[in-house]
Amino acid sequence: MKENNLKGWLYLLPAALFIGVFMVYPLIDVLIYSLEEGFNFVSGNSFGVGFYNYFYVLSDPYFLAALKNTFILVIFTVPVSTLLALLISLGLSSIKKLRELFQTVFFLPYVTNTLAVGMVFMLLFNKTDYTDGLVNIILGIFGMTPIDFIAGPYWAKMLVLCLYTVWVVMPFKVLVLTSAICSVNPDYYNAAMIDGTSRRRMFTRITLPMISPMLFYLVITGFIGAFKAYSDAVAIFGTELNVAEMNTIVGYIYDMLYGDGGGYPSYASAAAIILFVIVLTITVINLSVSKKHVHYN
Amino acid sequence: MQKNRALGKKITKGFTYAGLSLWAFIVIFPFYWMVITSFKSYGSYNSERIPSLIPTSPTFENYANAFSAVPLGRYLLNTLIFSLATTAIMLVVSVLAAYAFARISFKGKNIVFTIFLSLMMIPAELVIITNYMTVTNLDMRNSFLGLILPSVSSVFYIYLLKENFAQVPDELYLAAKVDGTGDFKYLIRVMLPICKPTVITVTILKIIECWNSFVWPRLVTDEEAYYLVSNGIQSIRESGFGRENIPAMMAAVVIISLPLIVLFLVFRKKIMSGVARGGTKG
Repeated sequence: MKENNLKGWLYLLPAALFIGVFMVYPLIDVLIYSLEEGFNFVSGNSFGVGFYNYFYVLSDPYFLAALKNTFILVIFTVPVSTLLALLISLGLSSIKKLRELFQTVFFLPYVTNTLAVGMVFMLLFNKTDYTDGLVNIILGIFGMTPIDFIAGPYWAKMLVLCLYTVWVVMPFKVLVLTSAICSVNPDYYNAAMIDGTSRRRMFTRITLPMISPMLFYLVITGFIGAFKAYSDAVAIFGTELNVAEMNTIVGYIYDMLYGDGGGYPSYASAAAIILFVIVLTITVINLSVSKKHVHYN
Repeated sequence: MQKNRALGKKITKGFTYAGLSLWAFIVIFPFYWMVITSFKSYGSYNSERIPSLIPTSPTFENYANAFSAVPLGRYLLNTLIFSLATTAIMLVVSVLAAYAFARISFKGKNIVFTIFLSLMMIPAELVIITNYMTVTNLDMRNSFLGLILPSVSSVFYIYLLKENFAQVPDELYLAAKVDGTGDFKYLIRVMLPICKPTVITVTILKIIECWNSFVWPRLVTDEEAYYLVSNGIQSIRESGFGRENIPAMMAAVVIISLPLIVLFLVFRKKIMSGVARGGTKG
């Protein structure tokens, strides 16, 4: 094919413009913001260049609280949701009847508005003057005293946030794992069956190695997604996340940018870059671990 | 021995169905709860110390309230305009770019494509700060332009379309060339119809993404007239209905969730296969 420089760039121009203005330029700009000390949004001036913004953010108690919350969320939700998704996907691929129905139902949370359903979760756990809330009533049957899950002790609030996050991320994981399990070549199972291999052995020696690339893909995207948690927390605890002690790193970034405590794009930028470095580090670790354990064919 | 094995299989199957049903229940229950709560009257909801699982005297009053007491109709209309406009612009832009990558050979193509691919790894949080400043400086806060423009670019969809376009055999292109068909006409008349399934998948995924978007709209709109449903729900929760009227809030939640659930049930296969090919939430 002959070269068509002008035409090629013409077709590319709209996309290049959008991506240039709203993705590439901001990437450079955010680095600059994070290094400008004392940047004032209104006057557009700053009085120096350095790492002050990073020091400020890293010593801000609100940021440290957000960091802690985010890490707890990651450590709880990634393993729980991945294991649960694996169990569900194995169950799904072992049945024929009602399978499509189950698959459809399991996927529902993916297409629903996180904020809307979060309000229902809040309602189920909420303890008010009128009622203890459905969850507390059920726990009461087992003899537990009602707990204020939404405005009460820290661990209770964190538990609700973790459970909701798992509920939200499950559809994607189940979908990906189910299609990975289904795409394993049945010849392997047939051969194993002839040899009289046990089910457990078939799982550890055939299924698990064959789906390991997808499993690791889910772990990696799971880590990345959980580190960026924000909407789920807003859905349950409202926008005043610092007051609720449930802020996340992304929440901190937006609070710095906008809202009552906002107007500090430099701090927001520094926090965003810190988040990016954390996510990048974890992803690199994940990738190096996966090299040892994942079987690519 | 044989008998034991058959029994074991049956028991495993029973446990499998029980487990799957339990998860299905956990998934469905919040939806069930919001629907039944939305049919309870304010008075009866607050008098139930133990909430009843079925509304005793169902009422549609909450649904009427959702449209009259808060501007839910406005939010829905805004979200519809935002979703359709963003998706339409995204489609035009991405199809053109994907065609350039798949069909036209030009200098710098490989470099640009590599840059595009590496941009897929950049988290939105990193670019949103500058975009917020850009939109504010351009005086586009509280406007549809400010909402739409930064939401258009989707490197992933360009990639998806490019992969699909590249599968269309070269012979068709060469035959069209012989007939004197230009590139643009070829793209519209031949390429798009052949790749229609992918185009539809991309369209639906983008609409879902737009309908549920929360962070960007929250940053650039603080006037109710430009709220999308996510922000609308948040403001209803914090100030609407006197904060205490849970049944009315649930009616609003049902109305907001319904369009996407219907869309999902209609395009179930397309959405699920599209997401399985590499979409992530949000």
